[in-house]
Amino acid sequence: MTRVAREARIKGEVARIAMPDNTTTAEPVVSEAGTDTPRLSITDVGRDFHTRNGVIHAVSGIHLEIQRGEFVALIGRSGCGKTTVLRMIGGLLPPTGGVIEVDSKPLWRDGRVDSSAVTKLGFVFQEANLFPWFSVIDNIALPLKLRGVGKRERRTRAKELAELVGLTGFEGSYPRELSGGMRQRAAIARALSTEPDLLLMDEPFGALDALTRERMNLELQRIVLETSSTVVFVTHDIPEAVFLADRVVQMTPRPGRINKILRVDFAKPRDVDLQTTPEFNDIVRSLRHELDEEE
Amino acid sequence: MRNNRMKLLPWIVTPSLIVAIIAFWHVFVTARDVNPLIFPPPREVGDALVDLLGEGTMWSAARVTLTEIVAGFLIAVVSGLAVGVVLGKVPWLERSVRPLIVIAQVSPKVAFVPLFVIWFGFDITSKIVLATVLAFFPVMLNVLLGVRSVEQGQREVMRSLNASRSQTFSQLEMRSLMPYLFAGMEVGIVLATIGAIVGEYLAGNEGLGNMVVTAMNSLDAARTFALILVLSLIGLALFLIVNELKRFFIPWHESVYGLQNRDV
Repeated sequence: MTRVAREARIKGEVARIAMPDNTTTAEPVVSEAGTDTPRLSITDVGRDFHTRNGVIHAVSGIHLEIQRGEFVALIGRSGCGKTTVLRMIGGLLPPTGGVIEVDSKPLWRDGRVDSSAVTKLGFVFQEANLFPWFSVIDNIALPLKLRGVGKRERRTRAKELAELVGLTGFEGSYPRELSGGMRQRAAIARALSTEPDLLLMDEPFGALDALTRERMNLELQRIVLETSSTVVFVTHDIPEAVFLADRVVQMTPRPGRINKILRVDFAKPRDVDLQTTPEFNDIVRSLRHELDEEE
Repeated sequence: MRNNRMKLLPWIVTPSLIVAIIAFWHVFVTARDVNPLIFPPPREVGDALVDLLGEGTMWSAARVTLTEIVAGFLIAVVSGLAVGVVLGKVPWLERSVRPLIVIAQVSPKVAFVPLFVIWFGFDITSKIVLATVLAFFPVMLNVLLGVRSVEQGQREVMRSLNASRSQTFSQLEMRSLMPYLFAGMEVGIVLATIGAIVGEYLAGNEGLGNMVVTAMNSLDAARTFALILVLSLIGLALFLIVNELKRFFIPWHESVYGLQNRDV
């Protein structure tokens, strides 16, 4: 792989978590200068939706700090606001309260997104949302095209990324000629093309069958480790979250809040067989119980 | 193997059907002894067609008609695209002019031919105007629909990539509406052909439509038939050209690749 790791990962460092007051493991926020500043910092963020029947508090009081190179999974039932949180981080939906900072710079100002901050983000949606009129390589290179990167350079980059996500040999294919899993690989490559500081993924494998999904999880882990990416990953699949994440953030609905943050300390890269170990299943079980108790 | 046979099928069936229709036509008019002034046998039509193709006046008339069709069609495509995009992007404007569009669309535009003649004269301009007016609406309405039908998920991709308005237009909206534009063009080219011919029928002093009227007035049914055949061939050729353009410009679209792979 020709890619150079962008930054040294700060591994083994204690992640600083800011928690809402009503949780048990609240820790004070420690703020330090330099490279120790978190990649993403979310402070008291909320989002209201105004409907005919009044105001709905979709999300409220979200506190979260994510370090460089960290993989954080957001889990919860549908309607718990996890996608809303991700869309606010991704610059797609303005928060109605609180502050989101990427590398200590506010992402939103007066309901308008700071475009220089958005360029640091890469977004992968539940649907691949590839453009059917572009070949795989041109889809992957689209973000570079929008930034005015020359054709030859962006093709070279896109080829490398196609290799990284395992699409070698399909560069010239149209999206319709790809399977669901391959489309999602292309979407991931597209999001990685700008070397984002923060990769945001909204149930990227939700539409895939179980076997493809398992393989994609392994692939994603490999890609994230190779590129030292920082990832926020939304899913409703608990084992998937535990398998991939350094921390699992569990949310509860009405209004959407963070209920619990759990560290997952298994060494990386993780093996599929990890999912059959008692330790893994203990974590999965405890998270599942937590979700069941909401009812 | 099966695939190959499927590809050959239309090339065998279509000529056979045409031969069958001509044979039936021949048998029908000879067996029932139909007056050739009313319904000439295929042989006479064939002879008339051969005569016609040898006439220099036919070719210059065809050039006139073709000019009217193509000019009207091109004006309709350009203006339909422009108006469709603007109305699609500016909802308040679309809402305010929608009643007018509906009225213009349902009004029988052929009825305006006398007015077009008063305004634009008996020469080709009035026919171009009628061709344009007929072809404009399907193009414009399809483009309008196309602008509205851009997938929300693809819009979000452009937003997440911090794309400018013009980038979103050139990379997403314009490309996404191409299949709609071509759907409108396929209807539009047929209507432009109708517009030019009807214009010539009603108020022509040149063109193939005018020749049809002349042939009819001299009770030459075979020649009338032959001229209609020529007009049909022109219409077919123009449609095939638009269809080829579609294959060239949107090879990625279902309407193009679906036809090729349907039986695979």
